Amino acid sequence: MRVTIALLALTLATPALADEQAIALKKAPGLDKVEANCAACHSLDYIVMNSPYPNAALWDAEVTKMIKAYGAPIEDADAKAIAEYLKKNYGS
Amino acid sequence: MISRRHLLAAGAALAGSTTLPPIIAANAAGPQLDPALPEGLRDVAALEALPGKKPLIRMSYRPPNYESPLEYFRTPITPNDQFFVRYHLADIPEVDAKSWKLAVGGDGADKAIALTLDELKALPAVEVVAVNQCSGNRRGLFKPHVPGVEWGYGAMGCARWKGARLKDILDKAGLKKEAIEISFDGADKGVFDKVPDFVKSLPAWKAIEDTTIVAYEMNGAPLPHLNGFPARLVVPGWTGTYWMKHLISINALTKPLGNFWMAAAYRVPLGKFPVVARFISQETAANTPITEMVVNSLITSHADGANVKAGTMVGGIAWDGGYGITSVEVSTDGGKSWLPAQLGEDLGRFAFRPFSAPVAAKGKVTVMARATNKIGQTQTTELNQNPAGYHHNVIHRITLNVA
Repeated sequence: MRVTIALLALTLATPALADEQAIALKKAPGLDKVEANCAACHSLDYIVMNSPYPNAALWDAEVTKMIKAYGAPIEDADAKAIAEYLKKNYGS
Repeated sequence: MISRRHLLAAGAALAGSTTLPPIIAANAAGPQLDPALPEGLRDVAALEALPGKKPLIRMSYRPPNYESPLEYFRTPITPNDQFFVRYHLADIPEVDAKSWKLAVGGDGADKAIALTLDELKALPAVEVVAVNQCSGNRRGLFKPHVPGVEWGYGAMGCARWKGARLKDILDKAGLKKEAIEISFDGADKGVFDKVPDFVKSLPAWKAIEDTTIVAYEMNGAPLPHLNGFPARLVVPGWTGTYWMKHLISINALTKPLGNFWMAAAYRVPLGKFPVVARFISQETAANTPITEMVVNSLITSHADGANVKAGTMVGGIAWDGGYGITSVEVSTDGGKSWLPAQLGEDLGRFAFRPFSAPVAAKGKVTVMARATNKIGQTQTTELNQNPAGYHHNVIHRITLNVA
């Protein structure tokens, strides 16, 4: 078991900026919009690390903040789909 | 904690291979994370070595946010390859030291100038040992949940910084008496033009303090890329948000900076925290920019749940906003009684101050540490709730099994 972990540690220590494909979000309606929009500016672990606490209002506020405060170019329909996805899959 | 699924995916992506050894106990390879941190974070966080770094705990890949594990804080100086990484924006250029220039100007300066790295190094050099701590360190421990990077205890480090006084740099451009704030921009930026560039300001009084420097060395070596190469602002006593990395421009301003990062972000309710340093030109009736760090301490000698013998020394580090740590008390009975700990090497009022005390009790022992600074401030027993999750200095506790 120790050998296995050591091998794994070596793999993870590969000196390259880490690959984000590791972040596999839950497969559900809206995921395509999340991947197409949110991942343009940040890795999707931001979503996972904040779960499961945000309630519906908090996820709505986060999506709005990304658009209004951080200037994310997300269309209204996509924003709605993203918020719904987050509430259903990563909310409380 | 790291999930098996996640490890497999990470391993496959990095190794470029689908054949991986079977994982029997993935959790054993993951970082020890406080159970109070969000479940999602504990699932997705992992120990990972960025280029030039020892393994840090990854909060997010992009922008890169990685904290130092607790055991990296067993010395008052944090080595460069163990120092945490924090970025707001994902476009992070590798800066070429030869062509790098620091532009200095603004409407509060007599003239605009530009300094090369050699010219910066030709200014009188000063050294200061100082803690750089993210404003949101320990945000992940807030209840109720505060959205953001869900840091545990390790979004901080203490280094010996060497550089030129900001005051000397400003003198070269000529600081007008009307200048009320000094602003700072780094080379990193957002991936879209509309993403507000990370530009911060300091009140002029703080900018011209002798200890505020533009650093080009960290612990005797050039700054690591991920800690701001070739030069960054060092603002001893104040939280990390002001310590601009990859610094490229400095502007003296006669009006307050009103961007997102000053007017909306990094604010705390007015009067909520016992801080002395004020940023009056940015204050509103409701809130104020975060300024100096609150007094704090962390037990780092042992992991939570460790087995030790009676009489073992437990210890850690204490720090504050630059008044200086005068005492640390340790409790081994869950906070009923407190005894003074022995203080270690004093590297200056802005540095981590080590402390240690023996554990005499036996059985399942709750060890707590509480620091006090020169102006009588101490740590809180209850969380001081605030909207963005800053200034967490609730007394740290671990449980030891003492035989």
